[in-house]
Amino acid sequence: MTSDAPQGTPVPNLGDRFTFLLAHADDNMVMAQRLGEWISNAPELETDIAFGNTALDHLGVARALYTHAADVEGEGRSEDELAMFRAEREYVNLLIVEQPNGNFADTMARQMLFDAYQLELWADLSQSDDPVLAGISARAQKEAAYHFRNSSGWVIRLGDGTEESHERMQAALDDSWKYTAEMFEGDAAAYRPAWEHVVGDVLYAATLSQPDSSYQRSGGRRGFHSEHLGFLLAEMQWMQRSYPGLEW
Amino acid sequence: MTPEERFDAIIAAEDKIEPTDWMPDGYRKTLIRQIAQHAHSEVIGMQPEGNWISRAPTLHRKAILMAKVQDEAGHGLYLYSAAETLGVRRDELQELLHQGKHKYSSIFNYPTLTWADMGTIGWLVDGAAITNQVMLTRCSYGPYARGMVRICKEESFHQRQGYELLLRLCEGSKEQKAMAQDALNRWWWPSLMMFGPPDVDSTHTEQSMIWKIKRVANDDLRQQFVDMTVPQADYLGLEIPDPELVWNEERGHYDFGEIDWEEFWGVVKGNGPMNRERVAHKVKAWEEGAWVREAATAHAAKKNRAA
Amino acid sequence: MTYDVPVAPGESGEIETSTDTGGEAWPMWEVFVRARRGISHVHIGSLHAPDSETAMQNARDVYTRRGEGVSVWVVPSSEVSSFEPEDAVDYVDANEKIYRHATTYEIPDEVGQM
Repeated sequence: MTSDAPQGTPVPNLGDRFTFLLAHADDNMVMAQRLGEWISNAPELETDIAFGNTALDHLGVARALYTHAADVEGEGRSEDELAMFRAEREYVNLLIVEQPNGNFADTMARQMLFDAYQLELWADLSQSDDPVLAGISARAQKEAAYHFRNSSGWVIRLGDGTEESHERMQAALDDSWKYTAEMFEGDAAAYRPAWEHVVGDVLYAATLSQPDSSYQRSGGRRGFHSEHLGFLLAEMQWMQRSYPGLEW
Repeated sequence: MTPEERFDAIIAAEDKIEPTDWMPDGYRKTLIRQIAQHAHSEVIGMQPEGNWISRAPTLHRKAILMAKVQDEAGHGLYLYSAAETLGVRRDELQELLHQGKHKYSSIFNYPTLTWADMGTIGWLVDGAAITNQVMLTRCSYGPYARGMVRICKEESFHQRQGYELLLRLCEGSKEQKAMAQDALNRWWWPSLMMFGPPDVDSTHTEQSMIWKIKRVANDDLRQQFVDMTVPQADYLGLEIPDPELVWNEERGHYDFGEIDWEEFWGVVKGNGPMNRERVAHKVKAWEEGAWVREAATAHAAKKNRAA
Repeated sequence: MTYDVPVAPGESGEIETSTDTGGEAWPMWEVFVRARRGISHVHIGSLHAPDSETAMQNARDVYTRRGEGVSVWVVPSSEVSSFEPEDAVDYVDANEKIYRHATTYEIPDEVGQM
């Protein structure tokens, strides 16, 4: 894009504190929305409950971050205004979280890779000079540890389970891998070595091979999403956009 | 003392029958039917509400709905555990549900068409369930009674959040209030049907009362529910869709109209609006998850062999 | 009531309680929870899980709603041995062993509190 191009949607600046908070809020919001889709659809009752609990954790973090972002922005917006009245090109979540659930292996691949990233992220942000962010991150870090234990457990169970589950889990991993580089763009590059180590251990225990990294997708953090996000937001935002300005 | 005498003495003393006690075959079978169908109802009940999780109008409401539906899954789980103490397996009970040989409460065969349905379900359906719940904590069978105590503790927020949701709508715009009234119009009669047929037509009431599995009769529960709910509807400013509903000073209760028993039995027999879809949804989740369950079992076996 | 399902006219009240499911279900686990320090673990219910790790995580999700500071034990149901009241036919009532009760023994007041 040249500097003469007409101004469309402004490109988000992650150096800006507000946008930075939105990015992590959006990650957790979209993840919560996706996990919620598993409710009443899981392979067993206990697994269903686990999905619900994980979704609630991500939703809780999203809400805390949206509220804090709104305070930082200082224009009196609410958590709902930020979640429900920003369109696809304004959302700054990672591409990995907006991908469809697919089958159980697809969901666990996405979850495990994201959880491992969140472990590093929250460990870092819990040291933030911003006390509110530090507090949110400390709680989120505990939850991420629990999520990772669950998701990595499943990747291992499926990778080293039956032949069928191994094939599905490898395929799921192969599909998700192209969304991993985006997690480590910019300052987040510092998280990569630890993440690689942790994920490597899981893949080894799961008897899975690390996928080819050469093809990587990016753009979510700049508002350039996959076609999936539009549908997700349409469903999520429909009530508010149909009946704007009301109390629920 | 014969085993029968001991059983009767425990019941008479308001004590609990525990899993290894001798019990009449009819008692065991009645309990399995009742507990299993209660459990199935909780699990199927996740679907009509789960339908609105992705579209909840605020993040707060989304969180509440997710938590409520997870509670219901948990309740199903506690109840299946109670049923299993009677010598049946959970996967067997689920298979019977999938085959259509076990039923669940008919209320869940109705569709949730608007956001207001979320409020109505909490207010009326959970309200109806609660009318009976406390009574079941005094059921003679220990594991069922204890499961119900856990459930009761967690239920308190279910009805309140539903009513509060409707209150917000009724205090809101004209469209919101109309949405609430429309939901009440669709859910009122099915809610009354939850209490079952009149006791005179109910084949199991008498024996269940003797065995202290059922503690209060259908008609009494239904009356209790109506008496409690009418003032709540008045407070919301909503009209209950029953032209014959009127306070009877002499009886000290509300008189209300006759339930459409044809619709009632039709839905019980499987011809309600969503009977097929609800079971199909459950079957699909189960079948599509088979490879996952198998993988977990295979992995555990590998670990055990290696240990 | 609470989700009681009536028997329709013409239908048998009989309900099937077992069926051939074929596949291997996840085994059952008994769950014990200690809600806080200072009290003991209490049996709280059961659940199904493929292994102890999942059983513990599920137990935390289902029975403690992720309560912090809660201790959870899970035991395969098949590992639980039990002693039931009917088995106690020859078991002497503990109350008969009065020699185990302090009140059986008279201590002179001069000796002081004991």
